[in-house]
Amino acid sequence: MRTFNLPDPGEGLVEAEIVSWRVAVGDTVAVNDILLEIETSKSLVELPSPWAGRVTQLLVSEGQVIPIGSPIVVIDDGEHPITGNVLDVDAPGPKSPETPAEDAEPQLLVGYGAKESVITPRPRRGATVAPIIPAAEVHETYTTEQPVSRPVDEPKPTARVDAEPSGDGLPDPGEPDSDFTVPRPILASPGARRLAREIGANLEGIRGTGPNGVITEDDVQRAADEGTARDRRVRLKGVRRQMFNSMTASRAVPQASAWVEADLSATMTLVDTLRARREFANLRVSPLMIVAKAACLALQKHPQLNSSWDATTDEVVLHGDVNLGIAAATPRGLVVPNIKRANTLTLHGLTTALNEMVVTAREGRVRPIDMTGGTFTITNVGVFGIDSGVPILNPGESAILCLGTITRRPWVVGTGADERIVPRWVTTLSVTFDHRLVDGEQGSRFLGDVATILADPALSLLF
Amino acid sequence: MKDVEDVATADPALDFVQLLTPDGVRVQHDDFDYAGTDADLAAALRDMVLSRRIDTEATALQRKGELGLWPPLLGQEAAQVGSARALKPSDEAVPSYREHAVAWCRGIDPLELLAPFRGTDMIGWDSVATRFHLYSFVIGSQTLHATGIAMAQQLDGRVGNEDPEQNAATIVYFGDGATSQGDVNEAFVFAASFNAPIVFFCQNNQWAISEPIALQSRIPLYRRARGYGFPGVRVDGNDVLAVQAVTTWALERARNGEGPTLIEAHTYRMGAHTTSDDPTKYRSRAETEAWRAKDPISRLRTYLMNAGAIDQVWLGALEVESVALAVRIREGCISLPEPRLSDWFDRAYAQTPAAIRRQGDVQRAREEA
Repeated sequence: MRTFNLPDPGEGLVEAEIVSWRVAVGDTVAVNDILLEIETSKSLVELPSPWAGRVTQLLVSEGQVIPIGSPIVVIDDGEHPITGNVLDVDAPGPKSPETPAEDAEPQLLVGYGAKESVITPRPRRGATVAPIIPAAEVHETYTTEQPVSRPVDEPKPTARVDAEPSGDGLPDPGEPDSDFTVPRPILASPGARRLAREIGANLEGIRGTGPNGVITEDDVQRAADEGTARDRRVRLKGVRRQMFNSMTASRAVPQASAWVEADLSATMTLVDTLRARREFANLRVSPLMIVAKAACLALQKHPQLNSSWDATTDEVVLHGDVNLGIAAATPRGLVVPNIKRANTLTLHGLTTALNEMVVTAREGRVRPIDMTGGTFTITNVGVFGIDSGVPILNPGESAILCLGTITRRPWVVGTGADERIVPRWVTTLSVTFDHRLVDGEQGSRFLGDVATILADPALSLLF
Repeated sequence: MKDVEDVATADPALDFVQLLTPDGVRVQHDDFDYAGTDADLAAALRDMVLSRRIDTEATALQRKGELGLWPPLLGQEAAQVGSARALKPSDEAVPSYREHAVAWCRGIDPLELLAPFRGTDMIGWDSVATRFHLYSFVIGSQTLHATGIAMAQQLDGRVGNEDPEQNAATIVYFGDGATSQGDVNEAFVFAASFNAPIVFFCQNNQWAISEPIALQSRIPLYRRARGYGFPGVRVDGNDVLAVQAVTTWALERARNGEGPTLIEAHTYRMGAHTTSDDPTKYRSRAETEAWRAKDPISRLRTYLMNAGAIDQVWLGALEVESVALAVRIREGCISLPEPRLSDWFDRAYAQTPAAIRRQGDVQRAREEA
């Protein structure tokens, strides 16, 4: 009859949980047959039988957490007769004479018992004790207040000298880069990982309730029951975090919108004309270029839409130039780089700048300077085939213009007897403005002027 | 043999030496061939099976609380046995801490391997007599020691003699993770500078504990050798024929004074990093299963059975031998002698000073009283 004590399957573990028994009382086992599975803070481990024989007693039950070194199972190997009543299930403390002798005295780092016997006697009956770190105890017997060794003829005892600052302090390191995050591994118990593997759950999407947010088996089970086990959680960062912040900030501004349908047939003809010209040969020319130019021209007449509010002085700043932002969808998310002093550029210059901006944004090479100082924004939802939309402001700006898709639509032309419906290139333009700085008339007139220029680009000569 | 420059610059996609496929079929390679007989291969199979048994038993002993720790070699038997069988008795072998099969081939008693893991002894085997050096638990540090040993062989005139019996070389074992260590890179530099007679034998088992090889290197490891100025060869580490052929060639280069070689044995650690590790936390079951199909032992057994070199009777005898070895290890492990304080008086000095020897005698007398 032999008693198997719970070994330390890792290095320096103090306890383990009995996960499941693979044998029952009465079973015959061979050497190395798996007896049971335990879970430690490090891993799930199967424990093999050290002896061949018959299982006569299971001393611990599934789910129990027990200290390393506790007896867990008795196996009758037919060789060691048991004497006396030494195997008391409730009191695992007393040593059986058949227990290997090494259990009785301090051991080296071999399997069981080492920690408890070397460090401190542990209460055996169910109590949990915080492990004592021997190094700390030893360390406290030394003092570093004074040097341990010093010359006997020392003129005066060495006194402690406190550190004093010398020279200028180091410069302030500043704020850490908020985009920089150390990739954090998922913390989950071995049991939780196994369950997740078995049911195909995604640990990334499960909230951990264990210590330090460790995902436990229960968490995985709960997520599976709630049907959320396959959710994914993505950290809000970078461009998407920026969008989240700026759009939240935008909602603090009272905004109003207006929209108008416009016939862009003449603009489309102009685009074709430009495309045929040599100076535009290497550029991508689109109606957006004409819209950008039209907006710059109209803003000269309606500076309130190119203004901002300076909260520190409570003044409205009417910007002398248009730093024209273009909302761009990139693989990383929404970015709004702006073209500085777009109002001073010719149509060719504006087209060149827009072409460059699109490329830099797509490649994710937009510089921080390109993203700041914007005064007015154009968003082009038309590229997605959308009629129009109600944009919201880029914080710090007083207006945003939205260009919808340009499609062939029935349009009424002519008057009186000449009145008829013809297919034309039509779009919907909308504008949203900061109603604290821009009134309805100003917003509407601005939008009307943009539509006028786009309907008949020749009229831009009026601006 | 193979032109050095060719090896160093070969196309990585092509440069993978394999002589025995996972299905147990022998294939030709332009530059390398296995020189031994099927009887030699049967002996290699025996070494691999027995060293796997040693490893299995030791892992189980740890789970029974009889060892503090064990680093399993499961899956790396061919890399270790193939390279060890390429050694001559005069060569020096410098292990990391997982080279249980190399130890077996060098004649180390498995119980001596267990003692440090049971905490009953420091490493006790005679590294001078066996030419199998101490296990090194500090990652990569042994590559520098081995380079020093190789340089000593050079200084002793053991390199490039006309009589091959006079020549010797050093082989050092390390893993893929160790290649990121400064020590290993310094060893490469030293070995190249002094043309040391050394074979750097890297068992790339794909995982440095939980760090995959992709995090260790942007290029196949064997190609790093080129930057240091010596050849590198990648070999199927689960193919004992290829490992032995390539290692034989590299050792011969070293003994002839042609300098160091890096061998990358492409293999897989089927088990945990150590018994304290749980590999299911960081790698997929599918990956492990894919490697199970490339098992080094089953392919060699298949080949030898098909070739008629072994039969069921032979395998049965090997199983009996294997079980006997397991019993010896189990029983021997728990009977390993406990360490005594008096042992330590003899261990600090090659020649123990008289005063310390006297103190040791006093302590010994006290223990025996």
